[in-house]
Amino acid sequence: MSNESPLLSFEGITKDFYGTVVLKDVSFTLGRGQILGLVGENGAGKTTLMSVLFGMPVISETGGFSGAVKLDGQAVSFRNPFDALDAGIGMVHQEFSLIPGFTTTENIVLNRESLKAGPAVEVFGERLSVLDRPAMRARAESAIGRLGVKLDPEMLVSEMPVGHKQFTEIAREINRDNVRLLVLDEPTAVLTESEAEVLLTALRNLAAQGISIIFISHRLHEVLSICDRIVTLRDGHVVKDTEAKGVTVADVASWMVGRGVDETSRKGAARELPGKALEVENLWVDMPGETVRNVSFSVREGEIFGIGGLAGQGKLGIPNGIMGLYPAGGTVRLHGEPVTLDAPRAALDAGMAFVSEDRRGVGLLLDESLDWNIAFTAMQVKGEYLKTYLGGLVRLRDEKAMRALTEEYVKLLDVKCTGPKQKAKELSGGNQQKICLAKAFALKPTVLFVSEPTRGIDVGAKALVLDNLRHYNRDFGTTIVMVSSELEELRSICDRIAIVDEGRIAGILSPDAPLSEFGLLMAGVKVAEEVRP
Amino acid sequence: MSKTIDVRKILADNLVVVIFLVITAFAVPVSGLSAQFIIQELLTRIGRNAFLVFSLLLPIMAGMGINFGMVLGAMAGEIGLIVAVDWGILGVNGLALAALVGMPVAVLLGWLAGEVLNRARGREMVTGYILGFFMDGVYQLIVLYMMGSIIPIRSPAITLSRGYGIRNTLGLDSVRQSLDTLLAVRVGPYVLPMATYVVIGLLCLFILWFRRTKLGQDMRAIGQDQGVSHSAGIAVERTRIIAIVISTVLAMIGQIIFLQNMGNMATYNAHKQTGFFAAAALLVGGASVSKATIPNVFIGVVLLHLMYIVMPRAGAQLFGQAQIGEFFRDALSYAAIAMALVIYAWRKRANADKARAGLRGGEAAGGAK
Repeated sequence: MSNESPLLSFEGITKDFYGTVVLKDVSFTLGRGQILGLVGENGAGKTTLMSVLFGMPVISETGGFSGAVKLDGQAVSFRNPFDALDAGIGMVHQEFSLIPGFTTTENIVLNRESLKAGPAVEVFGERLSVLDRPAMRARAESAIGRLGVKLDPEMLVSEMPVGHKQFTEIAREINRDNVRLLVLDEPTAVLTESEAEVLLTALRNLAAQGISIIFISHRLHEVLSICDRIVTLRDGHVVKDTEAKGVTVADVASWMVGRGVDETSRKGAARELPGKALEVENLWVDMPGETVRNVSFSVREGEIFGIGGLAGQGKLGIPNGIMGLYPAGGTVRLHGEPVTLDAPRAALDAGMAFVSEDRRGVGLLLDESLDWNIAFTAMQVKGEYLKTYLGGLVRLRDEKAMRALTEEYVKLLDVKCTGPKQKAKELSGGNQQKICLAKAFALKPTVLFVSEPTRGIDVGAKALVLDNLRHYNRDFGTTIVMVSSELEELRSICDRIAIVDEGRIAGILSPDAPLSEFGLLMAGVKVAEEVRP
Repeated sequence: MSKTIDVRKILADNLVVVIFLVITAFAVPVSGLSAQFIIQELLTRIGRNAFLVFSLLLPIMAGMGINFGMVLGAMAGEIGLIVAVDWGILGVNGLALAALVGMPVAVLLGWLAGEVLNRARGREMVTGYILGFFMDGVYQLIVLYMMGSIIPIRSPAITLSRGYGIRNTLGLDSVRQSLDTLLAVRVGPYVLPMATYVVIGLLCLFILWFRRTKLGQDMRAIGQDQGVSHSAGIAVERTRIIAIVISTVLAMIGQIIFLQNMGNMATYNAHKQTGFFAAAALLVGGASVSKATIPNVFIGVVLLHLMYIVMPRAGAQLFGQAQIGEFFRDALSYAAIAMALVIYAWRKRANADKARAGLRGGEAAGGAK
């Protein structure tokens, strides 16, 4: 492979979004018929890199990128994903993009159907030619054959098992005449193990036919079993680019998560915490993109319980489901009392509060003032900050109490604002987050859920938010369940950390556990020891 | 996929049809009408209405629901008829001229409606309905004020006495039943308007053919998932507009066929209920807002009109007042639409629940084996 140019090479790709560098000097190459595993935590830059490759509009709209993408030694710059498709690059997304009421064949040749010209074509153009179904079927069968799997060409997608849907997607990509490179984003995430095995075999078949593959997956054992090379991204850098031979899952896991080998020192010893504040059994939540399948855990009284894991694995679904924001089922008990699911009011009444990851959507009334925002839920749920007249017939807002409350929290959380009457949308992300916290604190909850509390806010605000959570926990004994993608953050504050993988708890670790163990859990390797605080 | 026939499921899937069958089964003997009369009426009404109902099929296929905006096409047909009557063109030629004049109007209106509906994704039905009300105003402006003043109208017989504007009721004597009688065939005691049937038959063939074209395939794809279709490179917006344009043009022709059978035209009211009746017929025929077939059209037209024929008489026999039967049939038509919409929403929800049941446990990933 030394004397011919590689099929694809990235050369010094650097990309920033509004000053935040997400890719820095990323370079690697991919040869013909090679399978390259691209691994990394969320936010490591995998998605952005693929967006650069495919010329997604989001890249050019945010100022383009520097560096070069070369295909066959020629620099290319696609203006949109269709150009990339024309150049023979196919992408299979994690989410299926299939038409449910169409058959396998119809989906494989979608918008590239074989046509028979008829008289109407002369007058009204191409689109009025009749479909040539036998030819379509032949093409579909040949694509399925190349993949080396068994698929019924006439089966409706809606009646297929998930694995077959995934094969249909891949067959669609390789049905293009010129396909040379296939990018698969978490193709095995929804498959059972045996299905995944078949898929990997199919990918090997394709590679043997000279199609290069970029395989993005967090299931490291699969990456190791199928890939020729492994490129590990972390914080936008390529931290490791190596032959897959001789590498172990633990190696890759530590490359992915490890920020050096220095273990941050822990504050304070493990605490003795009696009693159970929250017990969750067999919880499922239907939150799009964050499906929770079967989760059971219990949180002790006064504990800070962390929930981590990669994006899309379901960690966000857990608090959203318990708080009734998405359809959910299972058993949730708060201090032994069962909580009604599917009803936000019941969850709030039970004494739980939630700081949503969707700050602007669920968290705030953007067009209202800060005092409104902070007092709003308390007013609705507990009837606080209201003055009653005429024996309860008329209830009006107690502006004075609201103002006092807001000033208290503005001072406590160091919110940068002009005063309680400022509109919530005028604050910066970090200060909005503090308002969300204040809103939850004002409810005086016994169990507080915080979801991605530091997402999109600067370092200073981050520390302040975390400090406040810790203080609130220590001073008021509030039990906190914190969901975060940032492992370091969880390790710095939590008593125990559960890692969610594929809608289930892969394991619960002590924050002192080595990083590689966290990495292994995120990679779907279930070797966890249960930790008792 | 079991082979046993689940009677309850079939009943549930065709609930609207079953209810209509039951009601008419009671009403027919009560009305005391002869079978011959009812059958002749039905044969006439199939010719009169089926074409209009057909105009709803393509937008449903394209996932835009029931095109209540077809009223726009009906207005275009009426404008065509006004011109044909004014010019005094007789018989089938007059109808052809009306269609010819109505065509550009219908295409323009359909394109306009399509543009609007593309901006109202997911609310196409209610938007189309309201669009019909709005365009009714524009229609009045044109027919009531512009015709005879700006648009030249030669025949004083159809203009209002003030000199401009079209009379409230337009006699269509020049074209009356010209299509129906063009090739009327007598079979036993019945008269069949064969020419009308041939036109409807051709339309069926057109729809069957259209479904097999690339454009038809694209519409089906868009109807099921716009996002996927877009990422596959199908021009989603354009295709949706084409669906509405075709629907509007078909409604235009349908309205001309309808009115030539009626023989006169309520200039300012004829189109008002068109969309409603067509939608009711289609839904009574067992269609839903996401799926409609050619048999649905015929079953629906027969069932709805069977009820329309027998209800006033049944009302008269039972309560001594035909009016009550008429109220009843109107209420039932509205109920059919309401019920079809509710059942659709309910079924969608049941499917979501069913999908959710798979979330749990090992079979989780959608029941893959």
